[in-house]
Amino acid sequence: MTKILWLLSSLALSLVFATRVQAESAPREVEVGLSRLTAEQYRQIIADVFGPTVVVDGIFEPDPRKDGLLAIGTDSVSVTATGLEQYDAMAHGIASQVVDRDHRDTLLPCKPISPAAADDACAGQFFAKVGPLLYRRPLAPDELEERVAVARAATGTVKDFYAGLALSLGGMLEAPEFLFRRDMAEPDPDHPGQYRLTGLSKASRLSFFLWNAAPDTILLTAAEAGELDTETGLSRQVDRMLASPRLEDGVRAFFTDMLQFDQFAELSKDTTIYPRFTPIAAHDAREQTLRTITDHLLTRHGDYRDLFTTSKTFLTPSLAAVYGVPLPDDTPNGAAESWIPHEYAPNDPRGAGILAEASFVALHSHPGRSSPTLRGRALREVLLCQKVPDPPANVDFTLVQDVNNPQYKTTRERLTAHRSQPTCAGCHRLIDPMGLALENFDSSGGFRTRENGVAIDASGELDGAKFSDAPGLGRAMHDNPSATSCLVTRLYAYATGRSRTKADTDFEKGLAKDFADNGYRLPELMQAIAASDNFYSVTGTQIGAAAAAPQPARQAN
Amino acid sequence: MSSWTVGRRQMLRGMMNGAVVTVGLPFLDCFLNANGTALANGASLPVCFGSWVAGLGFNPGHWEPKVAGANYDMAPELEVLSPFKDRINIYSGLNGYLDGKPNVVHQTGYQVCINGAVAAGGGENAPSIDQTIADAIGTRTRFRSLEVSPAGSRSSHSRRSASAVNPAEISPAALYTRIFGPDFRDPNAASFTPDPRVMARRSVLSAVDDHRQRLVQNVGAADRARLDEYFTALRGLEQQLDLELQKPAPLEACSSPGAPQEEMPGTEIETVIKNHRLFAGLLAHALACGQTRVFTVEFGGMAAHKAGDSATFHTLTHEEGTDLNLGYQPTVHWFMLRVAEGFRDMVAALDGIREGDGTLLDRCLVMYATDTGNARYHSMDNIPLLTAGRAGGRMKSGVHLAAQGDPVTRVGLTVQQAMGVPVSGWGTESNRTSKPFSEVLA
Repeated sequence: MTKILWLLSSLALSLVFATRVQAESAPREVEVGLSRLTAEQYRQIIADVFGPTVVVDGIFEPDPRKDGLLAIGTDSVSVTATGLEQYDAMAHGIASQVVDRDHRDTLLPCKPISPAAADDACAGQFFAKVGPLLYRRPLAPDELEERVAVARAATGTVKDFYAGLALSLGGMLEAPEFLFRRDMAEPDPDHPGQYRLTGLSKASRLSFFLWNAAPDTILLTAAEAGELDTETGLSRQVDRMLASPRLEDGVRAFFTDMLQFDQFAELSKDTTIYPRFTPIAAHDAREQTLRTITDHLLTRHGDYRDLFTTSKTFLTPSLAAVYGVPLPDDTPNGAAESWIPHEYAPNDPRGAGILAEASFVALHSHPGRSSPTLRGRALREVLLCQKVPDPPANVDFTLVQDVNNPQYKTTRERLTAHRSQPTCAGCHRLIDPMGLALENFDSSGGFRTRENGVAIDASGELDGAKFSDAPGLGRAMHDNPSATSCLVTRLYAYATGRSRTKADTDFEKGLAKDFADNGYRLPELMQAIAASDNFYSVTGTQIGAAAAAPQPARQAN
Repeated sequence: MSSWTVGRRQMLRGMMNGAVVTVGLPFLDCFLNANGTALANGASLPVCFGSWVAGLGFNPGHWEPKVAGANYDMAPELEVLSPFKDRINIYSGLNGYLDGKPNVVHQTGYQVCINGAVAAGGGENAPSIDQTIADAIGTRTRFRSLEVSPAGSRSSHSRRSASAVNPAEISPAALYTRIFGPDFRDPNAASFTPDPRVMARRSVLSAVDDHRQRLVQNVGAADRARLDEYFTALRGLEQQLDLELQKPAPLEACSSPGAPQEEMPGTEIETVIKNHRLFAGLLAHALACGQTRVFTVEFGGMAAHKAGDSATFHTLTHEEGTDLNLGYQPTVHWFMLRVAEGFRDMVAALDGIREGDGTLLDRCLVMYATDTGNARYHSMDNIPLLTAGRAGGRMKSGVHLAAQGDPVTRVGLTVQQAMGVPVSGWGTESNRTSKPFSEVLA
């Protein structure tokens, strides 16, 4: 009997030992995603943590677009030497402002004992406050100590507490922990053998999706307490965030990405032909569409499809000049232009929702002329999520594209001739007929009824639906099932920050059905994604890659 | 060249005591010899490299000299380069090979010239030639490389990999501040005091670098490679600050240019030309002052247009009718002349800085590369390439090298060898070559 007891206890001991060994050798947390912050996310975090008066000045590395989204492209980029030099300059520029005389009293939680000497306690308080907001997680004790030590050493060199503190803060702002979002996974206690995102990574994913921002203190606290691992806890946070006015930041960020508004940075129009398309008008064109979208989808809680048909929008005097709209404006001379709600009269061809706005027709045109092809292609690729092949090499366009050809005066006539070439017909038949419906808008977005003295024929066709003008195209888009399924696909891919996999298809079908059942309301769709298990799932491939990573040898120091 | 390094921590320990210390000066770079062509210890002034890229090429039959070899005749489309003929090589008869992969128009041609490979799809993963050269010659300067785009494109063809694309500077005024602003240390200044702020920034970076070990744990291979790219960039930045803490070697030809006015970037051709001249001047001064040895200029082309004209250079290549008497598209030809003028401006800016008996151009090599041999058809045949400069005597110039369908990578290989990159072959598949133009390698 004693012997058996002894055997049992020794077995138990060895089991405990074995488990412990396993726990030490098995990685507790593995990285399953690494995305560089987008320029917009970087700016938003700085504004959230230090306030809007701290200026972010510098050039960001261009974010590449993948599967239609920058949010996905950022998961395959790193930082170049030139890019880091810029991050370094921005980081120290921001940090200097944080401690300057205008900001230090509000942004620092304490005053140093002497402005010329290190003060570990005060530096510690500062980094304990801003650290978690910048790194999107609590700082480990040694990380906090490091920030304080770096500030102390820098203060010793430059003989100024504030400058030393700023140098240490600058180091945080150029560190990979800040510049990259890292998704971490941990073994899932409810499903042995499987992994799930850690609470903190869930918090980041949720916050960047709904607010385009790093998690706030409430969300971080909930994540640390494990609340995001329970259905009730998660719903509480999702509902809180959806009810916040910051949802508008998230919605703007998503549409800025989906509608490729980053292209505005390089948009160039010929100012000789379009003198009204000033830099202010270009800036306003982007803002006009974002206002139309957020007003319709959030303020009015409208149907997504109506964005293609609505006659309601917002204009500034500069934009009204581009569109040729008489706008009552009582802004005093010299004051900044204000936004004025505007509704086009019924049957006004300009009342074709966001398609008739300069952010679409001007963004997808040549500098000096409209392009039904570029517009049609954008419509297919951006709004319907379809892929149009690149034009083939070795094609001669000159035959029919000669603008001086007396036979073909309008773009429509030239394109029709071009489509008669079999190699070109395949794609152009897909993209031109809908693009031609927007021919009443010139390259700057200005309204016109004639081109080279000939009346413009704005008739067109989209997937079998025929129409005679831009509002007709808008109605066809409204009724096209690809428009809504495209939104679902893009929004979900944007939220997860990765390319779709086959496994996503069924989930997206479910989302699309819910979206329809809810009358195509965006906040409900965002809610469905944010509260779902799929949104936080990690794939076997991701785990496999991380698990295969060799463990780095421990360093002596 | 002898090597000179001070351990990172060793250096910092010296600095962190707080006192401003005298920092060791690399002996070899101390003084120029009497005529300014070489350093006092006999080493010549360092070589420099520029990648100058512009889309849409030139008109076939109108840029190639009729005569091969030295003393070639300058063809009409490159006429503007005539004053520099003895410093320019023209390479003709070179093709890009697709090996069955699609010709992604206006991208694939560049890839063959600059990366030596055609990507199977999407971005090219091989490093661009300027970055390979920067690894060989650019590690001892404040800026490993500089990238500029007078036409306002934020992206450049300069890249370490598909995931590390160097952004281009679009504002000459901003580039001026970056190079000659408060952080600039005049190499000819009489005294030198290391800036305590730079010392402190250096130690801040050192702390970031120490995080690598922790960060790469439990990370998959692809993400680990991306983190490593970040840390490679970080070491570059650390090196840059190390250099700011040393007394720079005096450089007789160095002077700070005036700050340019803030200009609006744009694709209207006169704006591009004007911005480019400002950039060319700044880059030449940066090279003369030892701030960098490698640069990339994205001259652009695609969206270039005349004020008031609805067509762009690019749309014209596909749409303009060919004048049968002239044998080319007249407006397209006009734009090509403007591109040649842009290249001339770059060459002239380098040649405008006297160094001893010669000019800065003598120790540089600038490579013109493009995306097509015939823009109208996006052809990959007979892609025009040019080099200007003599790479510090390692390259013979004033020669027309007429090949017969060899891969265009031969130029990239020649250029790399002239710059001292230890490489015997370059390119992939049919674009692989181990045949430099040895007749111009000195």
